[in-house]
Amino acid sequence: MRLRLFTTNHRALGILYLFLALAAVTVGTLLSLIMRIHRVWPNLALPFLGVLKPEGYLALVTMHGTLMVFFVLTTAPQIGFANLVLPEQIGARSMAFPRLNAAAFWLTAVALLVLLAAFVVPQGAPISGWTSYPPLSAIAAAGPGQGAGMDLWLASIGIFCFASWLAAVNMLATILGERRAGMSWSHMPMTVWAWLITSILTLLVFSVLLAAIVLLFSDRHFGSSFFVPMGDLVNGHIVGRGDGSPLLWLHLFWFFGHPEVYIAVLPGMGLATSLFANFARRRPVTYRLMAAMLVAIGFLGLLVWGHHMFVSGMNPYAGTGFALTTMAIAVPSTVEVLCWLAMLWGGGLLLRTPMLFALGFLSFFIAGGLTGPLLAQPALDMYLHNTFFVVAHFHLVMAMAGVFSIFAGIYYWYPLITGRMMNETLGKVHFWITLITAYGTFFPMHLSGLAGEPRHYERLSGPATSFPTLLPVERGITHSALLLAGAQLFFLWNVFASARRGRAAEPNPWEATTLEWAPENERGRVERGPYEYEIAMNETNFHPQWERAAKEE
Amino acid sequence: MPALNILLEAVRVAQSPVWMPPNGALHGVVLDNLMRWNLIALSVCFLAAHGWLIAAIVRRRKFDQGSKQLETAFRWATLTALCAMYIWMAITAQRLWAENRFAGPALEAMQVEVVGEQFQWYFRYPGQDAAFGATRPELVNAPGGNPIGLDTRDARGKDDIVSSILILPAGREVDIRLRSLDVIHGFFVPEMRLKQNAVPGLLLHVHFTPTVVGTYPILCSQVCGSGHARMQAVLSVLPPADFQTWLTTHEHSRAQENAP
Repeated sequence: MRLRLFTTNHRALGILYLFLALAAVTVGTLLSLIMRIHRVWPNLALPFLGVLKPEGYLALVTMHGTLMVFFVLTTAPQIGFANLVLPEQIGARSMAFPRLNAAAFWLTAVALLVLLAAFVVPQGAPISGWTSYPPLSAIAAAGPGQGAGMDLWLASIGIFCFASWLAAVNMLATILGERRAGMSWSHMPMTVWAWLITSILTLLVFSVLLAAIVLLFSDRHFGSSFFVPMGDLVNGHIVGRGDGSPLLWLHLFWFFGHPEVYIAVLPGMGLATSLFANFARRRPVTYRLMAAMLVAIGFLGLLVWGHHMFVSGMNPYAGTGFALTTMAIAVPSTVEVLCWLAMLWGGGLLLRTPMLFALGFLSFFIAGGLTGPLLAQPALDMYLHNTFFVVAHFHLVMAMAGVFSIFAGIYYWYPLITGRMMNETLGKVHFWITLITAYGTFFPMHLSGLAGEPRHYERLSGPATSFPTLLPVERGITHSALLLAGAQLFFLWNVFASARRGRAAEPNPWEATTLEWAPENERGRVERGPYEYEIAMNETNFHPQWERAAKEE
Repeated sequence: MPALNILLEAVRVAQSPVWMPPNGALHGVVLDNLMRWNLIALSVCFLAAHGWLIAAIVRRRKFDQGSKQLETAFRWATLTALCAMYIWMAITAQRLWAENRFAGPALEAMQVEVVGEQFQWYFRYPGQDAAFGATRPELVNAPGGNPIGLDTRDARGKDDIVSSILILPAGREVDIRLRSLDVIHGFFVPEMRLKQNAVPGLLLHVHFTPTVVGTYPILCSQVCGSGHARMQAVLSVLPPADFQTWLTTHEHSRAQENAP
């Protein structure tokens, strides 16, 4: 298809969103590689950068986290994929508000440019991490990058909040109002359930983040004192003249920050369900239960933010409350995993590349998810909080699971968009190298964390400790990360080469049942469920949603 | 050779019971035990799930689906077992948390103040009057010898001892009052199994009992600016008699400073 730049076509916008995420993930990955290299060879002069300064390292951390969380994991699986196939999956002709949709994309692009501009302003990018805790983020004198760089960060995330908000309104209106006749709740593919929940979450939590950002901006420039306490002394000057509290920012930020994890991973959960049904050729018997559990995760996700704050100075009784809600959210997640494992148990899986990545998603979701209940215990988090154990946890359950769901979606929907198949052999090579090196990168971080190594340390050797036993682990992680990044060249080659030279795809190459694969002229009433694969007389068969239901006999 | 490095390291750490630095605090025994059992339980779940996954991948298709009832029963049994595990985790850890954070320190606990500032930890002992003197941020002057802003007009502060090393006696409970002058810092002593943020504007208390004599690193666990990675100090746990000697010496020199 031809891609016009200022388009209101949802599928074209979906592709633009994916290209934006690709740009962000490329920069974010390069930043993380510089970090990994600096950590194990801190005195190495890097090309163009020289020897990295401590604040330079922290700027990389901040920008890596911000790019990946906002511009990759929030945009691609949610808004990007929804634009590619959501209207078709529910039998609509287009999104509810095409121009709003386009405006949301261009605002997101502006937000990305504003963020990247932080690298080139005096003192460079901010150093307070993607969570930007005040007073470090509230006072320009608190460190290099906390002046213009921090202002650009706030502007960028403010614009991003607004853009996500518009995209979510559009998605929600589309799902609620544009479904074709017969597309009842129980006929919706699981991806649509996921997008329904993430768009509601986005509306709720990005509003709170936007409010927090406005308050922080006001503290920085208009003399208010929401987050800076009385008598606060930064860099030799008393800056605290009101009675603000840094804890207020933590509450507002994590009220956004935790549901954000579900915004990133729920679309992957929906997609995994679809792909498991498709490539196992099985109807998920627990469809209703799984949809209900997605809703439960979305709802409980709004009630667990305090588990990021067990040692923050929050009342310890509140810590117990948040520990209980966090344990509660493990239950619907466990049900989801058990349902998937049950779906797969029958064997005979068609191990095409999209399926492999969906299985990889499941593997990371389990590996990273299991440490969730461990970190949900305040007494144990008292040791593990802000160590590399947490870095391992969220890179597995959010980053790797999220990225594998993005890969699964791209390999799966590629023929729909381009009319060509991606190369299977390259896809499988890409999958296996990525799986192994991703585990090699993030699994050993559990060990660094248990050894007590805090996050955000630019080097292992400090005045009181040098974590001597960790150097081999850290070197291994860096090697693995370099291989992991290198393996993505297989993917890039495959995406761009297959668009020209890939094998021409049949109309419904995966023999899927959901409506995005329907022939153009099929616009009848939807009479079938989303995953009607069946096994009869030792043969597998399937009934796509555009097929009429069989007459009652 | 990344793969070999990882493998060798894995073998090395697997030989120690828990992959944490040796514990030196009273409550750490329970914490380490909980951590060990949690990690074992979760590793079993991880391996079982992946065993299941690999079996499903290599299995040929099964057409006759066995007993549906048995399958459903199995699924519910697994879910029940996992929920029981979550409840066990929540209860056991909650007891430790309540002991540490709901209950205050014993009345005879030693008082020490910990002050974080970019990029240094300071420790203050109240002296013989067992009371901390007032401090004011505008008096903070580290090069002038007053890093935490002691107000000389307050008589209670005359005998306060400010140190850049945390020195504690083994076997006595210590009640830490924790504050920060500028930004949020994280007071983290891995060997004492203790972490608590120091938040400007808040005065927070944590208590623990060091039991093993030794020297341990104190780290900052909350990113606080460009010097975050070097914001470290040393905790020295001494035998009670040695600690008393150290304290008396310092109380003495404070008294001489104050003498007219």
